[in-house]
Amino acid sequence: MDFMQIIFLLCAALILGSALMVVTTRNMIHAALWLIATLFGVAILYVLLNAGFLAVVQVVIYIGAIAILFIFAVMLTRREMRDQGPQLNKGWWMAVLISLLSFSGLFWLFNNWSGFGRTMVEIPAGSDTLKELGLALVSPNAFVIPFEVASVLLLAALIGAVYVSFRGK
Amino acid sequence: MQNEWIYIGLFMLVGVIIPIGAIAVAWLLGPRKPNPVKQSTYECGIETVGESWIQFKAQYYIFALVYLIFDVETVFLFPWAVALGKLPLFAVLEGVLFILILIAGLIFVWRKGALEWV
Amino acid sequence: MNFWNDPINFVSVWLRSLFSGWGMADWLVNVLLAVMGIVVLIICAMVLDIMLVWVERKVVARFQDRFGPNRVGPFGLIQPFADIIKLLIKEDITPVGADRIIFNLAPILAMTAVLLLWAILPLGSVIYGVDLNVGVLYIIATGAIGTLSIIMAGWASNNKFALIGAFRTVAQMVSYEIPMLVAMLIPTILAGTMSVNGIVHAQNVWFVILSPIGVLIFIISAIAELGRSPFDLNEAESEIVAGFHIEYTGMKFGMFYASELLHTFTFGGFIATLFFGGWRGPYAEIYPLLGVFYFFIKAMFFYWVIMWVKYSMPRIRIDHMLAFNWKFLTPLAFVLLIVTALVDKVLAQTNFHATGMLLANIIVGWVTIEILRIHARGLRKKDEIPAKPSTQAAHHQPLRGEK
Repeated sequence: MDFMQIIFLLCAALILGSALMVVTTRNMIHAALWLIATLFGVAILYVLLNAGFLAVVQVVIYIGAIAILFIFAVMLTRREMRDQGPQLNKGWWMAVLISLLSFSGLFWLFNNWSGFGRTMVEIPAGSDTLKELGLALVSPNAFVIPFEVASVLLLAALIGAVYVSFRGK
Repeated sequence: MQNEWIYIGLFMLVGVIIPIGAIAVAWLLGPRKPNPVKQSTYECGIETVGESWIQFKAQYYIFALVYLIFDVETVFLFPWAVALGKLPLFAVLEGVLFILILIAGLIFVWRKGALEWV
Repeated sequence: MNFWNDPINFVSVWLRSLFSGWGMADWLVNVLLAVMGIVVLIICAMVLDIMLVWVERKVVARFQDRFGPNRVGPFGLIQPFADIIKLLIKEDITPVGADRIIFNLAPILAMTAVLLLWAILPLGSVIYGVDLNVGVLYIIATGAIGTLSIIMAGWASNNKFALIGAFRTVAQMVSYEIPMLVAMLIPTILAGTMSVNGIVHAQNVWFVILSPIGVLIFIISAIAELGRSPFDLNEAESEIVAGFHIEYTGMKFGMFYASELLHTFTFGGFIATLFFGGWRGPYAEIYPLLGVFYFFIKAMFFYWVIMWVKYSMPRIRIDHMLAFNWKFLTPLAFVLLIVTALVDKVLAQTNFHATGMLLANIIVGWVTIEILRIHARGLRKKDEIPAKPSTQAAHHQPLRGEK
């Protein structure tokens, strides 16, 4: 059990525990805050995978923009922000059964996958991963078309969201 | 590289403990005499009227939304900016195209009137 | 290496030999040294924070033509300690109906978010916490944690004014992050790296000369991001009765107040680092402690500039604030980014790099002022037109007493 495995287990416990609290807590704002804890755990996971840039981007975008958007949306649509009572509905045993079945099915499928045995690729020391990412994003034989399509996608998202949520001229 | 992030993790731990320590010292030293008037919420000196929620304006949501889109765009621009020294002029123009498409989006939102604080 | 050339390494090598001599395991020595460094850095930041309270009160007094605290100790230097003792012995009042855990967590998160910034601030050429290769985005990430603490404070207080103040503060802080991000992209382009230390090393010519409008945009959006005047509508006494921290008493309020002052100073430090050469100065590479001295002088100067703006200008209304950001600063910042990228690519290796960039900035600034002037003229013309018929009508009315 070396150090990285301990940190990974703690991080996984944080993510799973917070995700469980997101769906079972009674107060919507508490659910949003537990979601923030989950997203923070995912950022720690990115750090463990040597992707520092993605970890910081996760905090900036998910926690700094999307979680705040969630909280604003919750406050916009709810009149009562207090406890809503127990969150379980009547057919909860069926939901547990289906989720257990799908989990064991996925587990059986992934058991035979070779990818779990691979070790992490060592990044050669001194290579700047951020510069490589930048070069890959705009070079014509790498990812330039997805880069430009992403901007059009963001434009479409902006127009759509403003059209849906704005009642004006 | 991970040593640096472990340092940041330790920094976060110590950085949480020190304010907790300061507030704990204040909690130990301060008097504790609760009474209902002290603990009522402040409303400019009068009694609180109604529930403490407000009619939330949709404008907050729209500003957060526009911020989200531009945030994602700017984060995409960071690797482009770092690698700018090694790129040919063509790649710089690709980045400029990216920015121009999103400025068009900003102009659309502006003309639609969604940036007014009603 | 001796102490003056490389202070931190010198001390850490000595301590490491001391600890290994006592028989500690290797990893424990590493962790212990790191924690000691962190504690020293945080204590420096907190002591600085305390002195900033004194600086703030003296400077505001001088701007307002009075003395400021001068009774408690020589020149009022003991005043901040008196303030701390007062805050420590005040009662902790939690309003009824408040969400206890979130209510207590918010001031802690606010202070942690600011302290985390000190991990990457390069104080000297070899004196810094870590040299993260994503330093610039890390600044925004800690800002996101600060924004979160404001929402938590506003919501947990169970108070209408706190909620409104928190929403407005978050809308303002979040809107002004876009010009700040774009203004931080400009040193990234010019230096070719996102690490703050790398940006300082690349400043043979200070970046303020290469991009003065970028500095202006960064200073304005930093002041708005901090929630300082003239953008402090959301937490001012006379406006919304202290906004999101109405219900906080004692040391919790002290945490919010102290974190705001320290955040201001840290951003002054970042303005100095990203645009004004940070710790660079004569002999700063040989003697790192001299670099620390230069850094503090520059950071103090920008802290004083931010205070100067605060005590000279009236408050800006929230709709004017947001219109200023989305309709002026953001398009200007993006246009500046495009111009900087193109000019930098075209003039990269030539001798005209610095003059070309300065010229491009001056042209962008001049065009902006022209556009604003035409826009203002249009607005003034729109205001004048209804006045004309009434003045003409007044000419035809006979005066009283005349036929």
